[in-house]
Amino acid sequence: MRYLLKRVRRLVVVIFAVTLFTFLLVNVLPGDVAYDIAGQDASEEEVQAIRADLGLDRPVMVRYAEWLGDFVQGDWGRSFRTDEPVVDAILSRFPVSLELMLVAQVFALILAVPFGILAAYRAGRTVDRTIATAGFMSLSVPSFMAAILLILVVSLNLGWLPTSEYEPLSAGLWANLRAFILPALAIAMAEWVVLMRVLRADMIGVLQQDYISLARAKGLPVCHVILRHALKPASFSMITVLGLQIGNLVGGSIIIESIFALPGVGRLLINAIYARDFIVVQGVVVFIAFAYVLVNFIVDLLYAVLDPRIRTERADG
Amino acid sequence: MADPTTNRPLHPARPTLSRFRRMRPTTGKSGQFGIAFWLPLAWLFLISFTAIFAPWIGIQDPDSLDFVNLQTPPNDAHLLGTDHLGRDVLARVVYGARVSLVVGFCAPVVGMLLGLPIGMIAGYFGGRIDGFIVGSIDTFLAVPGLVLLLLFSLIFGGSLLVVTVSLGLLFIPIFSRISRAATLSFKSSEFILAARTIGANDFNILVRELLPNVVLPVLAFGLVAVASAIVVEGALSFLGLSVPAPHPSWGGMIAGGREHLEESPHISVFPAIVMFLTVLSFNLVGDTLRSRFADVREAAI
Repeated sequence: MRYLLKRVRRLVVVIFAVTLFTFLLVNVLPGDVAYDIAGQDASEEEVQAIRADLGLDRPVMVRYAEWLGDFVQGDWGRSFRTDEPVVDAILSRFPVSLELMLVAQVFALILAVPFGILAAYRAGRTVDRTIATAGFMSLSVPSFMAAILLILVVSLNLGWLPTSEYEPLSAGLWANLRAFILPALAIAMAEWVVLMRVLRADMIGVLQQDYISLARAKGLPVCHVILRHALKPASFSMITVLGLQIGNLVGGSIIIESIFALPGVGRLLINAIYARDFIVVQGVVVFIAFAYVLVNFIVDLLYAVLDPRIRTERADG
Repeated sequence: MADPTTNRPLHPARPTLSRFRRMRPTTGKSGQFGIAFWLPLAWLFLISFTAIFAPWIGIQDPDSLDFVNLQTPPNDAHLLGTDHLGRDVLARVVYGARVSLVVGFCAPVVGMLLGLPIGMIAGYFGGRIDGFIVGSIDTFLAVPGLVLLLLFSLIFGGSLLVVTVSLGLLFIPIFSRISRAATLSFKSSEFILAARTIGANDFNILVRELLPNVVLPVLAFGLVAVASAIVVEGALSFLGLSVPAPHPSWGGMIAGGREHLEESPHISVFPAIVMFLTVLSFNLVGDTLRSRFADVREAAI
């Protein structure tokens, strides 16, 4: 319980610091919003009027306190450009980002689990080295490059998956999913390597346990032993990493979303940045940070639930 | 996530990757550098050489427009072809390497110069100072790196300096964590105690006794940091938020060829290949060196 309280306190502090940091960055530093809105040929009076209208002429800390008050109540302001409430803009796009993330992680798992098992089973042999090398190369491909190459090879040369517009789930599952296949693959290209390495390392440890030798000695087939006896204990760390990656991906899929024109949170952020729509940028950054910290928090708690040692160890630290 | 900034093992059940690293073919068994070290190193020298001496070794002007040869595939006059404005792709790849290499090398240096002292101070003094620094870094990490970079580019505009410095800031957490961990592991050694008994003050101990030991693992991470700096710069310039438009950069070239992917894929593919090979090379060389130094350090403890 003490552990939980400590973590919650930390969560609140981090969130508070992130909001303050983002607010100051967006509000204090050069590039005044009022000039942006007024346009280039606006007179100084017009700019001042807009500034007063937005309340920008008051001290920063007062504005921050006010913004934080609204923020806690769910009023994150409105976009300068579209007048859409920021909360609505984010929440309407979040499912797309979430779906992209989940599909990407499924692909990453499909690649990571078999290769991780194979590499562990043949540790140090040619197969293991080949997989390690392939993983190393795969990690060196930036996601935007993977995206371009996938479009080039899969859509244009092979003509398998014509780059399609995003369709909502109501248009049918396949119509919805097919727009996610290539973007998710582009993300999975790097993610699977991390998962594979973690699974491999754990699996090697598990395969040396006595009960595995016993199972083999009883005459159970290798497949059975690995899948039924070894996989579960070996995948604990991998699942943790999977959770952490989800936190990372909330913000990490920005480029992929914009390449494939998926209307997710990342694309919202990019477009807001191009349009210099500060209120939206501020809201999205805080949202992404919040999601990231929250996922880490949940993974942390799961750790403590699954392993009692952590609860006592960290409570004093 | 177990707190990775404390010196405790991350988690009892969490695997160390060292076993894996030792088995990797690139590392070599007896510590000899194999072809997976020399070949990438040669590539990196080639790229750096052509980038530095581009104007004097017959590389064409990256901005000159050849309206007769728009989007021509590779030929004798243009070894890697031309882009949609008739600019020589080879020349732009070479000049784009300048941006990638400058950002790639300078950003980690910025991160190292700031992160190393922060990490050493946190590790050496401990207590409240340590708690504050670790807490601040955790907060900083709550905003994903790319998001932070986009925020900076929005506020300060895109230029080589802004990109380098803001990317450098992103490297502070990792460098300070490495140097903090190294400081912690050396802090209670006999030679520190010896220095203190002969009257050395904290500053002297930090600079003269600890720094030489901490710098090695930090530098060993350096080349891997260069690889990731190049990737992130590529991502930024892909989005058009790095160096301004007509200036060649790998990410910008890959993005620029997007509309012509079907009829002339070479515009995007060549810079992509060069960038991939460069990132891979930094990773391979860096990883070899890192596992070398990491092993030395482990043996020393």
